[in-house]
Amino acid sequence: MKPAPFEYHRPGTVEEALAVLARHSGDAKPLAGGQSLIPAMNFRLARPAVLVDLNRIPALAGIRGSADGLRIGAMTRQRAVERDATVARDAPLVAEALPHIAHPQIRTRGTVGGSLAHADPAAELPAVMVALDATFDLVGPRGRRSIAATEFYTGLFTTALAPDELLVEIAIPRPAPRSGSAFVEVARRHGDYALAGVAAVVALDDAGRCRAARIALLSVGDGPVLARKAAQAITGESLTAEAIKGAADAAASQDIDPPGDIHASAAYRRQLVGVLVRRALQRACERARSH
Amino acid sequence: MPDPKATISFELNGEPATLAFAPHKTLLEVLREDAGLTGTKHGCELGECGTCTVLLDGTPVLSCLLLGLACAGHRVTTVEGMAAGGRLHPLQDAFAELGAAQCGYCTPAFLLAAQALLAVEPRPSRAAIKQALAGNLCRCTGYLKIYEAVELAAARLRGEDATPARETLYGHA
Repeated sequence: MKPAPFEYHRPGTVEEALAVLARHSGDAKPLAGGQSLIPAMNFRLARPAVLVDLNRIPALAGIRGSADGLRIGAMTRQRAVERDATVARDAPLVAEALPHIAHPQIRTRGTVGGSLAHADPAAELPAVMVALDATFDLVGPRGRRSIAATEFYTGLFTTALAPDELLVEIAIPRPAPRSGSAFVEVARRHGDYALAGVAAVVALDDAGRCRAARIALLSVGDGPVLARKAAQAITGESLTAEAIKGAADAAASQDIDPPGDIHASAAYRRQLVGVLVRRALQRACERARSH
Repeated sequence: MPDPKATISFELNGEPATLAFAPHKTLLEVLREDAGLTGTKHGCELGECGTCTVLLDGTPVLSCLLLGLACAGHRVTTVEGMAAGGRLHPLQDAFAELGAAQCGYCTPAFLLAAQALLAVEPRPSRAAIKQALAGNLCRCTGYLKIYEAVELAAARLRGEDATPARETLYGHA
């Protein structure tokens, strides 16, 4: 099919974009890379009356490294992030997850902020940002506010973003000393939506024990799932194979209530989470030790 | 509700173009219906099949997931822009020679995705070719001949006097 007619706006600044959103409160939809919104419009699952195209707002795109960490503009293309040397150095988890997002054509156009705000539970980037404890900067008529990724996600395809607000920037804290991360997922074919996936960050203390861990899961809930029980299970522990297996079992049995669908049953997703959390933690620990 | 048309100017296959079209059209519809360039094919409209791939400023994108309006001031290349001076692009020759097309529906998109790869990587590994073409589905030829055709064209573009292996053309004896 084809998109239904809509009123089209192409603001050049964030302020103009916010003004259009405010004027058409509730009827206007921001257009980022369009790799999720336009398919929905093609199938008329989405019929926004007004589109606010953010693609000509230069201030929204870019990657900046600083002493505190990395700041990524919401309209930065996924392909640009994938190839960025600063991202590879300061946020290797992001760099590792990106090639799992669909295909080159999609990543050329798709944006980081678009994927984060769309809040597809099967998307890689929301889980990555939750694992990294990233902060999202939102701008609206009431000003600018920052919100932790974990609080941003409120349910299936729903977020704390108000209809008149825009996600403008993502702040990723600098990796802790002696920390490592890993991203793993299982999809039927590379580029398909994952049946389950894991983003894990582990920091070690001087004795080599786990000082802190953040493990986020995708495709097994209404949004990215922070696996708190799994993290508790290894925090303070020596990272033996047994301890890692304990954490993986906790993730599979206590942290999730996965859906079953035509792609995978709930039981299979649980099984995958157990295996993938174990692999992600092993890899993250190896990387932390090598630092 | 008749939509008033929007007009954009952009570069289409190396030439300046100005087109008027309904503003809610995707680039795919604009190319096929308003520019009369039907080489770009219409597939899934979801971003799964890759058959509507065109080059936007030299980089592969899906024309079904891009508004026509988004192309104002940009450079769009379709399969019609690959041949030059009445001669096919070496990729087109290689695809024909090696039978890297069967029904041909996916071919324009494969050609463009491969052209973009060779523009930045004149000597791609088989793995790099697979990655660059991962977003393009072929449901009848299979991918092996497509990879071989890209490798053959790459060699010729590097100026090597490449001929396809006998078993590539005729199968194993």
